[in-house]
Amino acid sequence: MRKVNQKGWLFVLPVVVLVAFNALIPMMTVVNYSVQETFGDNVFFWHGLGWFEDILKSDRFQAALGRQAFFTFLILIIEVPLGVIIALSMPRKGFWVPVCLVTMALPMLIPWNVVGAMWNIFTLPDIGLLGYFLNHVLGISYDMTQNPTAAWITVITMDVWHWTSLVVLLCYAGLVSIPDAYYQAAKIDGASNWSVFRYIQLPKMKQVLTIAVLLRFMDSFNVYTEPFVLTGGGPGNSTTLLSIDLVKIALGQFDLGPAAAMSLIYFAITLFASWLFYTLMTRNDVK
Amino acid sequence: MALELQAVTKRVGQAVHIKETSLVFEPGRFNVLLGETGSGKTSLIKLMAGLDRLASGKLLMNGRDVTGLSPQKRNISLVHQFFVNYPHMTVFENIASPLRVAGLAASEIQGRVEAAADVLKLRPMLKRRPHELSGGQQQRTALARAIAKESTAVFLDEPLANLDYKLREELRDQLPELFAGRGAVVVYATSEPAEALMLGGMTALMQDGRVTQFGPTAQIYRRPNTLVSARVFSDPPINAAPATKTGDRMRLTAGAEWPLAGAAASLADGPYTVAVRPHHVRPMHAEASEVKLTGPIMVTELSGSESSAHFRLGEDTWVSLAPGVHPFEVGAAHAFYMDPANCFYFAPDGALVA
Repeated sequence: MRKVNQKGWLFVLPVVVLVAFNALIPMMTVVNYSVQETFGDNVFFWHGLGWFEDILKSDRFQAALGRQAFFTFLILIIEVPLGVIIALSMPRKGFWVPVCLVTMALPMLIPWNVVGAMWNIFTLPDIGLLGYFLNHVLGISYDMTQNPTAAWITVITMDVWHWTSLVVLLCYAGLVSIPDAYYQAAKIDGASNWSVFRYIQLPKMKQVLTIAVLLRFMDSFNVYTEPFVLTGGGPGNSTTLLSIDLVKIALGQFDLGPAAAMSLIYFAITLFASWLFYTLMTRNDVK
Repeated sequence: MALELQAVTKRVGQAVHIKETSLVFEPGRFNVLLGETGSGKTSLIKLMAGLDRLASGKLLMNGRDVTGLSPQKRNISLVHQFFVNYPHMTVFENIASPLRVAGLAASEIQGRVEAAADVLKLRPMLKRRPHELSGGQQQRTALARAIAKESTAVFLDEPLANLDYKLREELRDQLPELFAGRGAVVVYATSEPAEALMLGGMTALMQDGRVTQFGPTAQIYRRPNTLVSARVFSDPPINAAPATKTGDRMRLTAGAEWPLAGAAASLADGPYTVAVRPHHVRPMHAEASEVKLTGPIMVTELSGSESSAHFRLGEDTWVSLAPGVHPFEVGAAHAFYMDPANCFYFAPDGALVA
């Protein structure tokens, strides 16, 4: 019989420990909470799948999920095409390349809570640059602390300002990797700008674009800091996205069971949607 | 049917990339642009294709001035060193793409694509996409596109450079017959002298953005007009050394001397440059008239059935290339022989005089 060398486990051990502490153990704690009920004093009772049922049926969760889905939909539908268009119109060589790249990267370098605070002050009707300009110069009634539509516009604009750059930079990286020869061939063929985009640039950008859509999906679906700092979920519940609601339940009301169940559902949705995106976008690729 | 360059130049900022060039490329035979990397072959092709603007001069196609015309209106094809095909189209659609842009009928497109695919043996691959093909098949797809388009001019910019050795030979053998009888002006850029000789036709030698000589390939190989042309059209590089003519004798600064005959005998006395191709310098003595050259061997190489030796001759390094395997010893002095009949004589200004 062949003697099996068991030393291999030793080499895997550091990774196992690392993953256990940063993912598995916290995750299993949440799973643990999600199936139990507590009335304090660290005493827990078995509750089965009750919390999951409650959460899925609750109007509050469904509304938050709806707002979250709408937010992510708007983000993707605006940021992805806008990012592609900006990347296409950026220069590919010369003096302006570094200027454009640095300008594009700037918003992403600002800490998330600072972005929220910036936009909050920027849009305040009486002291904010934009808020004052809209209300007192143009005479448009705009107050994101009072009006849900104004709040939504501000939240979306802020995210577009903050994160379109990511799509731009990824697409730009894909674009500059296309050899000049392709553009020359298209020129000789007499291909239109649209054809060049459709048959050369888009196929060559596809891989980075897949990554860009995935990243923007995950980040916007899990977004918390910026809208929380900007609107705190208001006015009313109008901008209370899933993550904001989750924090309210978990840390505001200290309903550990429902919050844990909600976390797991949230996680499952993100995971499933990411998988779906990735599968759909790469299904025609030949390995 | 001809492609004519009249005093064409190209500048990028202050730098002159193509110096004043006038050439006439005729259809029906291969026109080879031969020069080292950076000599201006690709620049010249891009000018002719209309991808870059001329700084001055005129470009005529069949007598018609096309200088200001966009590439698509010139009805040309360009095959690159890289394999350029639309990544998400099938081979069929790739070959058909210029025909679709031109708005041809579907049946006409079908016919032309299939005919081109037959010539290039791509029939079984028509439904595949470029990344499912080998390098040779990808480049054949690009060639098929050029053929199906029935262009007035076809530019091939080192199309075989990225193929492996066997494929390169195979495709090179096919190229001349591929374009024979199609009435297109074919311009083929290469950096390999051997390729120019194999493809035949006409050759334009290029150096530093200038065409130094243009004519039938064999003829300019035999009579390079200047030392520069001789250097461009020789691989390994042609051997050259300073010499002085006194009376009816030529004497190398490095020592050897021989009597002159024919045209060389009537040259004025004075300094000249003697040049001879490496395969005319042999490590063995054959004829009584041969001149003996002796120098220490610096490097030796064995390539297949040929041996080459680099040896020191005065201030210069010469190369001998001879069939068979020879026992050279690096560092030791060795005698080499050349027949003065194979020598070129260049005047101090570089022009061929005999």
